[in-house]
Amino acid sequence: MTDVTAKIAPTSSEIASVRDLMRIVIVGHVDHGKSTLVGRLFHDTGSLPDGRFEAIKAQSEKRGVPFEWAFLMDALQAERDQGITIDTSQIWFKTDARDYTIIDAPGHKEFLKNMITGAAQSDAALLIIDAHEGVKEQSKRHGYLLHLMGIKQVAVAVNKMDLAGYDQKKFDDIEREYRAYLTSIGVTPTFVIPVSAREGDNIVTQSATMSWYKGPTVVKALDSFISGKPETEAPLRLPVQDVYKFDQRRIIAGRIETGRIAVGDELIFSPSNKKARVKTIEYWSTIPGAKAPTASEAGYSVGITLDEQIFVERGEIASHVETAPVETDVFRARIFWLGHEPMVLGKAYKLKLGTLEAQVTVQSIERIIDTSDLSNSASSQVERNQVAEVVLRSRRMLALDSFIDLPATGRFVLVEKFDIAGGGIISMDGYSDQRDAITARGTNITRAEHTITEEARAFRNGHKGGVLWFTGLSGAGKSTLAMALEKRLFDKGYHVYVLDGDNVRHGLNANLSFSPEDRTENIRRVGEVAALFERAGTLVITAFISPYRSDRDRAREAAGTGFHEIYVKADVATCETRDPKGLYAKARSGEIKDFTGISAPYEAPETPELVIDTASTDLEECLHQLVSYVEAKFRV
Amino acid sequence: MDRLDQLESQSVYIFREAFNRIENIAMLWSLGKDSNVMIWLARKAFLGHVPFPVMHVDTERKFPEMYEFRDRYAKEWGLNFIRELCPPIESTDETLPPAARSAARKTEGLKLAIKKHGFNALFAGIRRDEEATRAKERVFSPRGLAGQWDFKDQPPEFWDQYKTDFPPGTHIRVHPLLHWTEIDIWLYTQREQIPTIPLYFTNNGLRYRSLGDKDITNPVKSNASTIEEIIQELRTTKVSERSGRAMDHESEDAFERLRADGYL
Repeated sequence: MTDVTAKIAPTSSEIASVRDLMRIVIVGHVDHGKSTLVGRLFHDTGSLPDGRFEAIKAQSEKRGVPFEWAFLMDALQAERDQGITIDTSQIWFKTDARDYTIIDAPGHKEFLKNMITGAAQSDAALLIIDAHEGVKEQSKRHGYLLHLMGIKQVAVAVNKMDLAGYDQKKFDDIEREYRAYLTSIGVTPTFVIPVSAREGDNIVTQSATMSWYKGPTVVKALDSFISGKPETEAPLRLPVQDVYKFDQRRIIAGRIETGRIAVGDELIFSPSNKKARVKTIEYWSTIPGAKAPTASEAGYSVGITLDEQIFVERGEIASHVETAPVETDVFRARIFWLGHEPMVLGKAYKLKLGTLEAQVTVQSIERIIDTSDLSNSASSQVERNQVAEVVLRSRRMLALDSFIDLPATGRFVLVEKFDIAGGGIISMDGYSDQRDAITARGTNITRAEHTITEEARAFRNGHKGGVLWFTGLSGAGKSTLAMALEKRLFDKGYHVYVLDGDNVRHGLNANLSFSPEDRTENIRRVGEVAALFERAGTLVITAFISPYRSDRDRAREAAGTGFHEIYVKADVATCETRDPKGLYAKARSGEIKDFTGISAPYEAPETPELVIDTASTDLEECLHQLVSYVEAKFRV
Repeated sequence: MDRLDQLESQSVYIFREAFNRIENIAMLWSLGKDSNVMIWLARKAFLGHVPFPVMHVDTERKFPEMYEFRDRYAKEWGLNFIRELCPPIESTDETLPPAARSAARKTEGLKLAIKKHGFNALFAGIRRDEEATRAKERVFSPRGLAGQWDFKDQPPEFWDQYKTDFPPGTHIRVHPLLHWTEIDIWLYTQREQIPTIPLYFTNNGLRYRSLGDKDITNPVKSNASTIEEIIQELRTTKVSERSGRAMDHESEDAFERLRADGYL
């Protein structure tokens, strides 16, 4: 401001200026004085609304307690009556530097989920320790969780110095102990400040009684925090949130978590690995003169259109081709558990990572971490409020990042039944990116060119090559039909061959187990072999349960246009009454685990080329349908 | 990216999550400054469209200016507009103080409207800085079968992962403006040039900061005749926004009781 009048009546541009906002969470052990500190902060900065001080006074008197600052944020009757903060709350104040949202987080162990809810919304944290009581269980747990949530800016206030006789030695001891703890988990506190929230020492004004302390007050420490800015320089991550077709436009909607995007950029969508270019960045605005943007960056929620009509859906991550996210179906994670029921080894949970949802199972619980001394222990379950390192496995490929590389796409929550029961951050330590293994078939390999065309082979054989991919439950009749069909077609002069599960596992796939990932690999190899047969001009019939849609889609991709998905359909009850190999009985008794249809999912085809209903149709009629289909589709 | 851009982007994200995850959702339109911003943000989120019904639960006791505003902009903005009436005052809890009883009437109207249309969720334009129990709200806030709010055991909510799995019969309130402040609303209204009811501006030294039923809403002293002047006033005032709303102040827990019972 340049002159006196401007101070009295600021210009309109000044009034309407948008001030910087920083969100600070106040954490610490129960009763260490979080609420009192917030009250003092508001009082001494003149931020209390009119009448609020008097209202708190009345509420305190009504309950026969001395003036209670906690009532400023403890809005609920139950909180005031019990003198305990149950849920996180927010309140606003400002300094000359900027605006603040102060987030109060409950210190009671019982309400850890609410502490997490508060802390996750903050840019920085102020951690309170009682000088009298010293470093307690929640002081450490909260410090650890801040680190886990990726909050890097932390200041520590050692409170109730008045009760500790403003003793420097007492402060030094606590500072040394707590700094050592934070350092051991990789956090460097910006400041450790001796304060008395009750007396107002070092909150807004420098303490006269603690002249030995030369550092900043709490307010100055808050002002020294740096506002978090979106990561525009990191690789692009645009998780697809939805696809809109409200009008003639097909708009892919999502928020840019990191990086930048521009019209013309080539994008790859993971894990489907489809590519297209950005055609437009859509917008709607009533601001005069607003124009459609040609570029955007981290933090913005956008809608884009593509130059090609590829099928992408919610949960995929758009990125640039060279800097795509990791693709994997297994990862390591450090988790905190909030569920009423413990997390159990081998159990399945719903993973939500950005906009993606997928089923994961707990493959291993590596260790339970004691946040007070960082010691490890082994367990087959993770209890409520515990922190642990686990390995999670998905039934399908996921696109994600290590938390250390890109936090926004490297963290997730787990849902049990209807509730978020835990959260975690991803580490790919010991696991490889499977993108290359599956999608790029070796960049320096070019396919040898045959001099005999597929048409020439088809002409000699009298039919085209192809893959008849039978899928269905165990006992649906896949093998029976495959063998009978092979015979019929052979008799009609077809070059035909059945790739059967058991036969393949005796040789080609002898090194594979029945674990989910080996099953996927089993199907992948069968798909590739079937594709080779097809190119050789043979009609291949495969008979595998192949329960996962993604596995079958991969086989279709390998084979190309000659791939025909045939759903051999019969419900579980029908299959179970047939049970030719006695497998259902074993699955029911628990002798066989992960049995499709009983304890593992079967993802029925959505758009199979042919459905053969063996529950209501007899064998001869089924065969008739199949032969007619083959004659129509493959005969030259 | 400034603070308004950040607020806008977060609200757009919330709108898109709710629209994707929840079938049969509608927006509550109280005609006030906040819910007009909310309509704007929906149009941002869905690129000019508001792809769900916009409902006014009418107490029939609003100011005439509010009804004029509603009738004009429901058409102009091309909204799929629904109007539902509140039941008579006799249907509410008679132990409540008078103004709270009036507010409870709106809660009843709301419950009836939800039932009639079978909405699983409603967008509501409440903000944390308005009132201390709202400060404890979640963005996706589940309600019981009778519309009640279990504030003692709210779901965890972090990393923009909202509660989107519910047992059948649960009703959800979605709050796209929860993280906005009163000043933010005016800054954004100014930036986006969103139409505003004239009652917010001074008339003989008085203006309304918050609009409700005319018999239980009082103006505050103010000479602010432009949005700039409103913002200037808000930057220095120590009077709370809802000080003119009688139902908040009849007893210590009046508003908490209303909210626990399903009020916004």
